Amino acid sequence: MSVLVSAGRYLVFTQHGLVSSEYTYFYYYSDAILTICLYFALMGLYAIVFEELGAAMRLRVFMMLLLIGTTLFSYAVVHQSESRMLTHYIVEISQNLYFVGLILTYVLWAALLKLRESRVRVIQIVLSLGVYFSINAANYALHNAYPNLRFVWAFLPPAAGMFLPIAWIYAFMKFDDEARLAPARLAAVPR
Amino acid sequence: MMAAVIFIISVAALMQFFVSYCRSLIAASARRALSVDVQDVIGIRRSASGEDFERVMQFLHLCPDRREDRNGVKAIGAYFRLLGAVGTTMGKLIPSLRVWTESERSQCAYFAAVALDRRIAHNRDMFAEQMSA
Repeated sequence: MSVLVSAGRYLVFTQHGLVSSEYTYFYYYSDAILTICLYFALMGLYAIVFEELGAAMRLRVFMMLLLIGTTLFSYAVVHQSESRMLTHYIVEISQNLYFVGLILTYVLWAALLKLRESRVRVIQIVLSLGVYFSINAANYALHNAYPNLRFVWAFLPPAAGMFLPIAWIYAFMKFDDEARLAPARLAAVPR
Repeated sequence: MMAAVIFIISVAALMQFFVSYCRSLIAASARRALSVDVQDVIGIRRSASGEDFERVMQFLHLCPDRREDRNGVKAIGAYFRLLGAVGTTMGKLIPSLRVWTESERSQCAYFAAVALDRRIAHNRDMFAEQMSA
């Protein structure tokens, strides 16, 4: 999916240029689609962690409802504002999508600590996803609040976008399925 | 207003996730014992101190790197600097925080020593392969 989106972005970029509205729209909407794909990855992680409790199906339904709710909420916020620009809507929805992703990852991390999940691979994938979502949520919030700070918010998404695949490749190559770790040792606040 | 709230919560969560991620990288290397050669070169036996980090990093940069650990070393370097900043700024107000940051910094130094050990072993293997070919 990411490869297809990158190819599409390249095509639009070569045809219309970096500062064109076509590229801007394509960039932000494809980014929202990729974020929704990450939601599905997050659902898979929830299914792995809650496998033994048998609550995976209910969680999936809850996450889908949350995703729909986020989209409707973003639309309602922008619809009420005076400037009904589509670019404002897409920044608003991206900010909210990343923020909901961050909250869901945080809940998953809390569940990992509570259930004493010790698989290193799962722990590292969840933590790197948390870093990715929080960088992007903070970045889009900054973009929304200070559109003039382009030198900050234009730099962070590519850096975060590189971090996530590298961290996942590292987790898959470095650790096997059996590698274990005590998750309580990793909490920023000691438990 | 909403953007500001999201920004503050996201930055706070980022700090927590980043600290935990770095600790997960460190914890994976904490169980590994250093080889005698590396112990002799860097002067670290079982535990390191935060002051050893820069010295070990200098040795690490002298050694041809491995693609596998390059990003881990960079992440731990960033974590070490973050701990240094937190320790010097807030450590004066909260002494327990200073103790915690120092303990974390020493683990960063041990992580760097393990990375050095792996690089030396990797380069030795490469050299042995070339000699036998």
